[in-house]
Amino acid sequence: MSVVRFLDVTKEYPRSGVALSNISFRIEKGEFCFLTGASGAGKSSLLKMIYMEEKPSHGEVLVTELSSNKTSKKEIAYLRRRIGIVFQDFKLLQDRTAEANIAFALEVTGAAKDTINKKVSRVLAQVGLASKGTAYPRELSGGEQQRVAIARALVNDPELLIADEPTGNLDERATRAVFQLLKDINKTGTAVVMATHNLDLIRSSTYRTIELNHGRLVYDSANKDTAADPFGQHRFEVDRTDSPDDFIFPEGV
Amino acid sequence: MSATREALSTFKRAPLLSTLSVITIAFSLFAFGLFALVAINTKDTLETIESKVEIRAFMADNTSDTTALTAAQDIKKFPEVLEVEYVNKEAALVKAKADLGEFADLFEPGILPASFDIRLNPGFRTPQHVEAVANKLKVYDFIDDIRYGQEWIQKLYRLRMIATIVGAGLGLAFALVSIMIIGATIRMVVLARKNEIAIMRVVGATDGYIRMPFLLEGFIQGILGGLLALGLTYLTAVAVQRMLFDIQFFDLRMSVIGVLSGALIGLLGSAFAVGRHLRKV
Repeated sequence: MSVVRFLDVTKEYPRSGVALSNISFRIEKGEFCFLTGASGAGKSSLLKMIYMEEKPSHGEVLVTELSSNKTSKKEIAYLRRRIGIVFQDFKLLQDRTAEANIAFALEVTGAAKDTINKKVSRVLAQVGLASKGTAYPRELSGGEQQRVAIARALVNDPELLIADEPTGNLDERATRAVFQLLKDINKTGTAVVMATHNLDLIRSSTYRTIELNHGRLVYDSANKDTAADPFGQHRFEVDRTDSPDDFIFPEGV
Repeated sequence: MSATREALSTFKRAPLLSTLSVITIAFSLFAFGLFALVAINTKDTLETIESKVEIRAFMADNTSDTTALTAAQDIKKFPEVLEVEYVNKEAALVKAKADLGEFADLFEPGILPASFDIRLNPGFRTPQHVEAVANKLKVYDFIDDIRYGQEWIQKLYRLRMIATIVGAGLGLAFALVSIMIIGATIRMVVLARKNEIAIMRVVGATDGYIRMPFLLEGFIQGILGGLLALGLTYLTAVAVQRMLFDIQFFDLRMSVIGVLSGALIGLLGSAFAVGRHLRKV
């Protein structure tokens, strides 16, 4: 069963023009999928359509069977409780502790205090920060802050985790740790869509990869016949011993 | 997160604007309050005066008792008229002496004219009806002069009307200003909490949930403004009572309505602002 389906989706902005054109793909339950492409290729627009921050100009996006063409604001709010979202800049509230930041996601759903406390402790342990619950974001390293953000995304037991460049601000070690965490989360059955520039990460795994270029889907490793692949080959199947610098992106990377 | 706690934290985040909001709401309702005080007090006075509305028609010296009494019968049939009292010259003298006490000896018999003292039915005690009855009386040629305190009844009515217009106008102007200032307060707080609101949306907060603290904030400011206005109006009433004359203050029901009007202004201000600014965050 698909958690996400894009059916011939085009997104145009009044000022900046076409951000995505004729995108179709689906992500199955429990799948891990990288989303890659140069800056401005449309990755963030695509992710925003998954959590319905944006609606398509044409076509349809279905997320857990909820259609972008029919959802009300309220349904979108409820949908987001079933989706975890993680950003490059963590988006933590600086004046609240790690625990309070995570609890925040449950409070807005009107959860009971007991439930909140239990769930917060559980996810803090899950992301390896059981001892740092009372720390404020500024007292944590970048990697730890991202793990708090992931814990917040996980606390509602989402079916799908969306991560928009989650390692973009992190050093290599923290990047590995966060990626490992996302893989572990995926193993528990949560589908993960991770937008990233980091080719090392992509190469280090066999996960599906979707590449965007100028708003077009140019490559999908799940679809061996990606007609739009400008290179006419599956570039992520090249010799993985190459240095990342040798890897050619069309432009802008 | 409790919405009340969030709402109260606004006072910490934007103390100056919050205070300003409360004060403008207070002024708005204070203006309404003063007008309402004038209105309820003149209403009482007008009612008392109205119940005493009397038309006194003085008769020419040579009018006979028979003519007068026949006319009195006719006048009593006017729909406006409650009762007609015929006061002949002697009775007029007795009345005058009773009213004037020690100066009673000044009057000689026959110096005061006879008159009809006419009282009107309730519902007809307005300047218009009084004038209508006075005009009807003019057809009797033995009636010399008609007095009915017309001018100052009209002045009282006019005073009440001016108080109403000025009070309502000032109150409305202040209410508009307070709605704008509350809007500015809410805007600042929305901007200050921009990140928080963005995160709330990401984790699935409904619009209603996001709005609640702001609406509550406006409501609380409105209640505070209403209470302040009530206090100011009360102080004014006490000052008038001490320095000028006894006046009536609002009863509990009217006070509650006043404070709730403040809450309504506060709610309106924040509802407009939050709707407009949340869209931009």
